[in-house]
Amino acid sequence: MAAEQGVLFVGPWPGAGLGRVIRALLLLLCFAARGGTLYFHIGETEKKCFIEEIPDETMVIGNYRTQLYDKQREEYQPATPGLGMFVEVKDPEDKVILARQYGSEGRFTFTSHTPGEHQICLHSNSTKFSLFAGGMLRVHLDIQVGEHANDYAEIAAKDKLSELQLRVRQLVEQVEQIQKEQNYQRWREERFRQTSESTNQRVLWWSILQTLILVAIGVWQMRHLKSFFEAKKLV
Amino acid sequence: MDSAAPRSTSALLLLLLLLLLLRAERTRGAELTFELPDSAKQCFHEDVEQGVKFSLDYQVITGGHYDVDCYVEDPLGNTIYRETKKQYDSFTHRAEVKGVYQFCFSNEFSTFSHKTIYFDFQVGDEPPILPDMGNRVTALTQMESACVTIHEALKTVIDSQTHYRLREAQDRARAEDLNNRVSYWSIGETVALFVVSFSQVLLLKSFFTEKRPVSRAVHS
Repeated sequence: MAAEQGVLFVGPWPGAGLGRVIRALLLLLCFAARGGTLYFHIGETEKKCFIEEIPDETMVIGNYRTQLYDKQREEYQPATPGLGMFVEVKDPEDKVILARQYGSEGRFTFTSHTPGEHQICLHSNSTKFSLFAGGMLRVHLDIQVGEHANDYAEIAAKDKLSELQLRVRQLVEQVEQIQKEQNYQRWREERFRQTSESTNQRVLWWSILQTLILVAIGVWQMRHLKSFFEAKKLV
Repeated sequence: MDSAAPRSTSALLLLLLLLLLLRAERTRGAELTFELPDSAKQCFHEDVEQGVKFSLDYQVITGGHYDVDCYVEDPLGNTIYRETKKQYDSFTHRAEVKGVYQFCFSNEFSTFSHKTIYFDFQVGDEPPILPDMGNRVTALTQMESACVTIHEALKTVIDSQTHYRLREAQDRARAEDLNNRVSYWSIGETVALFVVSFSQVLLLKSFFTEKRPVSRAVHS
């Protein structure tokens, strides 16, 4: 808290610089999730993957914060430097679109270029092996997709929008997201229909083929055995 | 004008500081899809203030019989929700105790199927798009309340789109699995057919080959 208060008073007082301070504070409000985000525990060599099924041209912003269990104080402390997380993002065709290492706190962004299931994987890369000491790392994670990733405070300040204009802008963004999702749904439904028709075709052709094979084998069996018995002078 | 500007901006800064302190209630929640390996359990935790309502929606997208165990515990360790082998469910609760609530998904009953699970955990109300909009003195104008109504309606549309997308993903996974199974079954059955028919013929031939001395004696 003291550090945040420091930002308040260190910045220049009059004029344009103050707007920047206000904007910084607004950004802090949005991103400084002190004790408000979802968290989970991850082991040292464990890799946690999350799947985001998104349409194309959608922006995804992920924020994470790590804490390490301090055995002496028996509580989770902010992680020491040298403890980073490796973030890897793969697109639906399993091609890596983001593979970067971040510190104990990080923010990653990517925009999808193909619709489908994107995979976001996180794993720790502690430089000191004994840092974990058999404990777990606590990771606070927040992933925002599409319209939720927009920072309206920044948009309002940049385009100088009034409150009503900002609300309308939010509605426009939401409707765009709905449209993108609907296009994606149409694409997915076509793929689903192709898979179903392929299954239908396969079942049909294999049934016909297997009946023919059955008949052919039966005929061959009879002919072969007949010639065999004739050779044996039994028929 | 020169003295008025710093006063209004200092008021704004004070307001922002106040909001920073009050940030605890204004959490948005998380929507994640993750893979749960077989015989594994995954827990998530979130700090919730007293009196705040939170909701958890979850759905199994792929894997096995599309079911998972789920339980929610309050900071005192009491289980406030527990379900076994559910495909999808929705749970809301008003937090009576301030602290860390945990919800876990368990796939421990399954020995070989990985499950993909989607969950949406929402805490409290949605924060306003500009932080200083939360402390209005005047009521909303007609335009603004129309915007709010449309925003809520669009949120419902987006939620139902998510619901359909998940259902479609589940059905598509099943359809692709069926397609694969049909291929393997067809190939397997053709192979089995050939093997059985050839071995039938060989077996019959071997019967008559052994009995040759007996049949020759019968004939003569």
